[in-house]
Amino acid sequence: MIRVELAKLFRRPRTYVIAGLLCALPFTVAVFLATTRIPPPPGQGGAFLSAVLSNGALFPAAAMALVMPVFLPVSVAVLAGDAVAGEAQTGTLRYLLIRPVGRTRLLVAKLIALIVFVLFAIGAVLITSFLTGISLFGGEPSAGVALPADVTSLSGVTITPAGLVLRLLATVAYIVVSMLGVAAIALFLSTVTDSALGAAMGALAVLVTSQVLVALDAAAAIRPYLPTRYWLAWIDLFRDPILWRDIERGAGIQVVFLLVLLGAAWANFMTRDISS
Amino acid sequence: MIVTRGVVKRFGAVTAVDGVDLDVREGDRYGLLGPNGSGKTTLVRMLLGLVFATRGEIEVLGVPVPRRVHSALPSIGAMVEGPGLYPHLSGRTNLALLDAAGPGGNRADRKRRVGEALERVGLAGIDRRPVKAYSLGMRQRLGLAAALLRRPRMLILDEPTNGLDPRGIREIRDLLAELNAEGTTVFLSSHLLAEIEALCTRVGVMDRGRLVLQDELATLRAPTGRVLVGTPEPDRVVGLLDGRVEKRDGRFLTVRHPDAGDLNAELQKAGIRVTEIGAERRSLEQVVLDATTTSSDRVEAA
Repeated sequence: MIRVELAKLFRRPRTYVIAGLLCALPFTVAVFLATTRIPPPPGQGGAFLSAVLSNGALFPAAAMALVMPVFLPVSVAVLAGDAVAGEAQTGTLRYLLIRPVGRTRLLVAKLIALIVFVLFAIGAVLITSFLTGISLFGGEPSAGVALPADVTSLSGVTITPAGLVLRLLATVAYIVVSMLGVAAIALFLSTVTDSALGAAMGALAVLVTSQVLVALDAAAAIRPYLPTRYWLAWIDLFRDPILWRDIERGAGIQVVFLLVLLGAAWANFMTRDISS
Repeated sequence: MIVTRGVVKRFGAVTAVDGVDLDVREGDRYGLLGPNGSGKTTLVRMLLGLVFATRGEIEVLGVPVPRRVHSALPSIGAMVEGPGLYPHLSGRTNLALLDAAGPGGNRADRKRRVGEALERVGLAGIDRRPVKAYSLGMRQRLGLAAALLRRPRMLILDEPTNGLDPRGIREIRDLLAELNAEGTTVFLSSHLLAEIEALCTRVGVMDRGRLVLQDELATLRAPTGRVLVGTPEPDRVVGLLDGRVEKRDGRFLTVRHPDAGDLNAELQKAGIRVTEIGAERRSLEQVVLDATTTSSDRVEAA
């Protein structure tokens, strides 16, 4: 079943369209930066962007900071919302279940396909942004990378290329975990409704609400428990020394969201009448 | 093959299926007849473990449903409320993915299985166009091919000839009869009388969630004790069989008589020419109309 889900994922043109759009955003930003050479003022604009001007090898990290807050979660919410409700809409859900594919197995296969999609999309963004960064801003990745002053507490610290790769891999892992939280919300809603659009909308509503509350001081009491609170905590991976506190909390919250919502999705799907 | 006892399904305040005792035997060609909204589809979904019964017991292929439905499903081919297909993939890919999704059957002969199923339903020549370019009839055939993919012991088909033209309907009927002759039990639900009458040997009739009738088609259509006679000399017949002629319609007469052969001999003896003669049988339509109450899509003022 997992192989079937992956085949379905990679046979659909929309998978490549979404990945292409995700890659296009950092590329567009890079083109503007490279032609104007106007760095965003410190503390504003995307993280890493001013540092990128002096070293293109850091652009993959900047690209992550660009796609992470909005674009990537939206695409994950759309795909995860479609996972079960989309099958219900095309009428294929009932045929999968009487094939028979167990309901638990179907949910697990859907979740694995979503993880693979996130990895595929992030991988595509990392590779294209690395190539973009090197070709537009130059940079000698083999000579070691200076950590940017706007995120590091100590400017001028350099890390080895191997260190950069390790930090990028850790970033990917953290983002995958964060996106799994999003996927769990949308997947749960996808088992509740037969409308793929409705499930995606519901998940986005949760995320937008969370983003608004994160920025609202009046909601400070619940801030640490909001799903989007620690989304950008991976930037701490590029400090020296690495600040683990927010990263650990962020991963912890996502795991809790993941377990609770997947459990709810499973319980709901197992006991539900399939009348689509 | 299928036994249900007192199956009830409620959706909120609506009782969709109300105490159904279904009995489908091995080798049957069973037709479940009933108007739209009479609970046929809900019943079929319960047999397949898609919808959970509120009350009652279901047994399919000797296995309790939904508890152990997974051991029965591999031997069942089903079509419920039209085919379910991925519109952006070709027919072959759709079938191959469905085949790969579940247990049993190795990859090596998947292509052959798909090819055979397509050939059976008359789609051997389909190309690589995506399913969204197919006609309604082609999709219906593809859905049927999906049901046949695993060479099932039992077919559960809900409105299988939807969207087919008369020739297509005939082809599917012949195919089902052929599969039945090979030993496949066929369970068919339809709101089309003619379809059930032409294919099935046993009939169940549903009305407002209840199974109001379940019997052999031959029994239901037993002779009524009247004989239909066609003759160019109707007046002489009326004269001869005084009082036993119940209805007269031009050259055709309905005569109360237990046996068409005896009546024929009687008329011959009197020298009356007979062009047609045969026992009157109740039509399935009459049987169904007698068993059901009102059309379910009628909405009367209170």
